[in-house]
Amino acid sequence: MSLSISHSDSFSLIEQLPILQILVPFVSAPLIVFIGNRKVAWWIAFIASLISLLIAINLLLLVNDGSIISYHIGGWAPPIGIEYRVDALNAFVLVLITLISSIVVPYAYKSVENEIPEQHHTLFYAAYLLCVTGLMGVVITGDVFNVFVFLEISSLASYVLISLGSHRDKRALTSAFNYLIIGTIGATFFVIGIGLLYMVTGTLNMVDMAELLEGKSSSSTVRSAFAFIVVGVGLKLAIYPLHIWLPKAYTFAPSVITAFLAATATKVAIYILIRFMFTIFRPSFLEELNVLDLVILPLSIAAMIIASLIAVFQKDFKGLLAYSSIAQVGYILLGISLMSERGLTAAIIHIFNHGITKVALFMVAGAYVIKRGGSLLTDLQGAGFTMPWTSTATVIGCLSLIGIPGTAGFISKWILVEAAIENGKWPLAIIIIFSSLLAVIYCWRVIETLYFKNGDSKIIVNEAPLSMLISIWIASLACIYFGFNTDTTISISDLAAKMLYLTSLNSY
Amino acid sequence: MITWEFIIGHLNYWFFIVLMMTGLYIVIAKGNLVKKVVGLNIFQTSVFMFYISIGKVIGGTAPIFPMDMKINNDVVYSNPLPHVLILTAIVVGIATTSLALALIVRIREEYGTIEEDEIFIIEQELDFSNTRSNTDKPIGHF
Repeated sequence: MSLSISHSDSFSLIEQLPILQILVPFVSAPLIVFIGNRKVAWWIAFIASLISLLIAINLLLLVNDGSIISYHIGGWAPPIGIEYRVDALNAFVLVLITLISSIVVPYAYKSVENEIPEQHHTLFYAAYLLCVTGLMGVVITGDVFNVFVFLEISSLASYVLISLGSHRDKRALTSAFNYLIIGTIGATFFVIGIGLLYMVTGTLNMVDMAELLEGKSSSSTVRSAFAFIVVGVGLKLAIYPLHIWLPKAYTFAPSVITAFLAATATKVAIYILIRFMFTIFRPSFLEELNVLDLVILPLSIAAMIIASLIAVFQKDFKGLLAYSSIAQVGYILLGISLMSERGLTAAIIHIFNHGITKVALFMVAGAYVIKRGGSLLTDLQGAGFTMPWTSTATVIGCLSLIGIPGTAGFISKWILVEAAIENGKWPLAIIIIFSSLLAVIYCWRVIETLYFKNGDSKIIVNEAPLSMLISIWIASLACIYFGFNTDTTISISDLAAKMLYLTSLNSY
Repeated sequence: MITWEFIIGHLNYWFFIVLMMTGLYIVIAKGNLVKKVVGLNIFQTSVFMFYISIGKVIGGTAPIFPMDMKINNDVVYSNPLPHVLILTAIVVGIATTSLALALIVRIREEYGTIEEDEIFIIEQELDFSNTRSNTDKPIGHF
């Protein structure tokens, strides 16, 4: 496969897409604050999300043939200048982020009205757009220090957004604070790693750095840089023993934010991990250190089993979903640690499929919060009859989470099992299936509470607001759609994985 | 193996490591939330100093062009890039600190304490009582 890298200095709209991707939400955020009107704020957030989605889809179509778009900021050519570099992997993750954002914002209107006091609404949308900007910036940039800056933009915004849940439950404040402490430690570790890499290579551009790191794999500086980066990013993506911040943050954050962050924030951290492991350090370095087999693989198995077991005993629907998220991160890391193209494909496709599944489920949880006053399982009793549309969506989401054939979750788990067997690691396939069985148990607990425990004997249909239902159903139908129409997602993940394994990425 | 030259030659790293571990220890060991933020600051500052120290070139001067723009190629300059990076990181650090302090103010308002163990007890009670703390404050429209 040959690589064509396009770059030109013309100012046509299509050439400027990579920077517009960041600028649209980034400029909209202060605009919201200046206008200061609640309704206008929502419209701006919605339109900015839609425009970002269009740009991301456009970028994906441009790189779908395996080409790379390199955008030089301010006309400074890399490695001196900052480069935005879009390939199949970034574009796919960008589409995921913007798609989730476009689904979540319409849902936010009623949910935010219910959960957050009115005077905070405009600032809420501003922080939300900054969070989107940061996440997209992390993904699109080809400069390692830029990754840190955007990561902190998104993290700071998400601490604020999580703490806004304090008007419903004061524990949101302490969970946001804990997340802040752990997240900052993670980001600082990440910066130390970057500093060590800069010491060795003298560059910050990812491609340039990868080239200069060639043959330096035995250097202890490079090795400690790798360790710092993996631990730093690991704190952000909640690798199993580093996940302490996640369940509480997700449980007490406003429902919209939980839905958005669960589907994007950890996924973006996984993207950073993949990018550093495969583009910068290269698979040969990973094989030499054997770090994936010795560290990531056992931890991902622990996540899949222990986090799923904890999920079974949760009292809160959101908490249950949060632990299940940690388990699902385990699946993705398992795919990465198989060290094969197929395994990486499974990881990338699971990033997407789990994203849409979790956004559907957390949005459903938010609908219960509005109508039932909370997301504790005791609040949900009998909701299957009073909120039939919401509950049907819950069932679809749960099926996709388990990985029943015909849903998006099945496709990624299928490829993961296939990859494990292909690598001759068939015990892993059994572990994946066992973990899925645990998912059956905790999902059944939810479905049982919804349909078989009747809270009230009288059944009065009291559905969630229409705008929320539409978002929930778009996400749920996407779970089914991507379970049948698998060509697009599989071909893109496959292409992304192939390009990561291609060693000849060395030119601009 | 470990000679005097090795110890002196890596002096900036020793300082960096000691400061970093001090900060990290405070974050983990102290129960007071403000002290945790102070620890976090020390931790971050150690990384700033590490970055700045790696930009030093022996015999290098400040990387500023002379007024007449006549650049003498014999003059050695220190590497300015790590300094620029750290300017950005300092801004990020300030934002983090201010946000953390703001959160502490809110925590004090809601819990009446900023000691971690006391907060933990309050939260344990909330977890077991199975109720939400602020249900008496209706803010919704439904």
